[in-house]
Amino acid sequence: MLHAVLKAATEGETTNPLLPAPYDIWWSAVCFVIILFFFWRYALPKMQQMLDERGAAIEGNIEKADEAQRQAEAALEQYTAQLAEARVEAGKIRETAREDGKQIVAEARENASAEATRITVSAQAQIEAERQSAIVSLRSEVGTLALDLASGVIGESLKDDAKASSVVDRFLADLEADQAKAAGAK
Amino acid sequence: MIVRFIAVAALLLLFWLGTRKMRLVPGRYQSLIEMGLDFARVNIAEDLLGKKDGKRFLPILTTIFFMVLFMNLTGIIPGLNIAGTSVIGVPLVLAIVSYVTFIYAGIKKSPKNFFKNALFPTGVPWPVYIIVTPIELISTFIIRPVTLTLRLLMNMIVGHLLLVLFFSATQFFIFTLGGWYTLFGVGTLAFGFVFTLFEVLVAVLQAYVFALLTAVYIQLAVAEEH
Repeated sequence: MLHAVLKAATEGETTNPLLPAPYDIWWSAVCFVIILFFFWRYALPKMQQMLDERGAAIEGNIEKADEAQRQAEAALEQYTAQLAEARVEAGKIRETAREDGKQIVAEARENASAEATRITVSAQAQIEAERQSAIVSLRSEVGTLALDLASGVIGESLKDDAKASSVVDRFLADLEADQAKAAGAK
Repeated sequence: MIVRFIAVAALLLLFWLGTRKMRLVPGRYQSLIEMGLDFARVNIAEDLLGKKDGKRFLPILTTIFFMVLFMNLTGIIPGLNIAGTSVIGVPLVLAIVSYVTFIYAGIKKSPKNFFKNALFPTGVPWPVYIIVTPIELISTFIIRPVTLTLRLLMNMIVGHLLLVLFFSATQFFIFTLGGWYTLFGVGTLAFGFVFTLFEVLVAVLQAYVFALLTAVYIQLAVAEEH
């Protein structure tokens, strides 16, 4: 093999290299055609396809990133809007609560005062009633007592009750009238 | 010849492995392959021809670039030691391919105007055509493929000759003469090493130049007028 190579080489060098042997041309052409077909039909289309795919992939990634960015921005905007809304709502709720509180306090105060008034009134009524009953029982007792005293004084029973009681009543009425007069003069 | 088949096999294997499972997020090896293909695609095809035409002629430009590159690199691989492009077959075939491609591109673009534009540049007074037309004819349709072929061929032959010279001189000085001549041997070995590195540069450069010139020719043919 090396011998053949050297022979070919020396032939190229020593003899006129401008006169090619036919086999030289022929086999060179075969080599060329083989390589041409390899590149043309196999290597370069593959390369091209790969480059296209890579380009598409890069573009796709960029698009994806853009999409993500857009989504993030939209989400942020939404959150901000929601936050602002929530804030407004919270303010509204606070305001309402304050109003309600005021109203409740006012109502309670009103109720309390009404209750107090009622209690006062009923207490006064009770006192009045008790006073009346006290007056009535006092009057009868005072009458009995006076009669007993008088009977003791005059030594005889004043058993004529009807007469006695009318006397006592008249006396008391006079007393009351005097009192009323004194109160009116005062 | 066998060297060329090895180069073709290596090329196909490398790129087959690299493009077998293309992923969106490339691994190390895929990145490397992509870098190579991108170099041909962006720096040669799209820079000169634009997106649309660049895509049309990309397979042929990529093929030229990597075929030349791999066959050049065989020149410095131990055991192969000769560039596949340093025998006239490959450069000639590629030059013919380039020639056919740019003429095809021009005819496809404007069937009537291509030869007219190429041979009779607009904006020139007609008597000048007497001089210009033969010059254009020769430069466009004869010189171009010849220069493409010879540039690559000579670069590779010269590189190979230099390396052969240096390394055989090293061998000769060190083992045949010996003694103080060993110093010369060390010197030639160092130069051989440097030129091996230089050959890598030349290999890449020539592949680039070949593909670039093909692209330029296509671009000139496709351009409406110039």
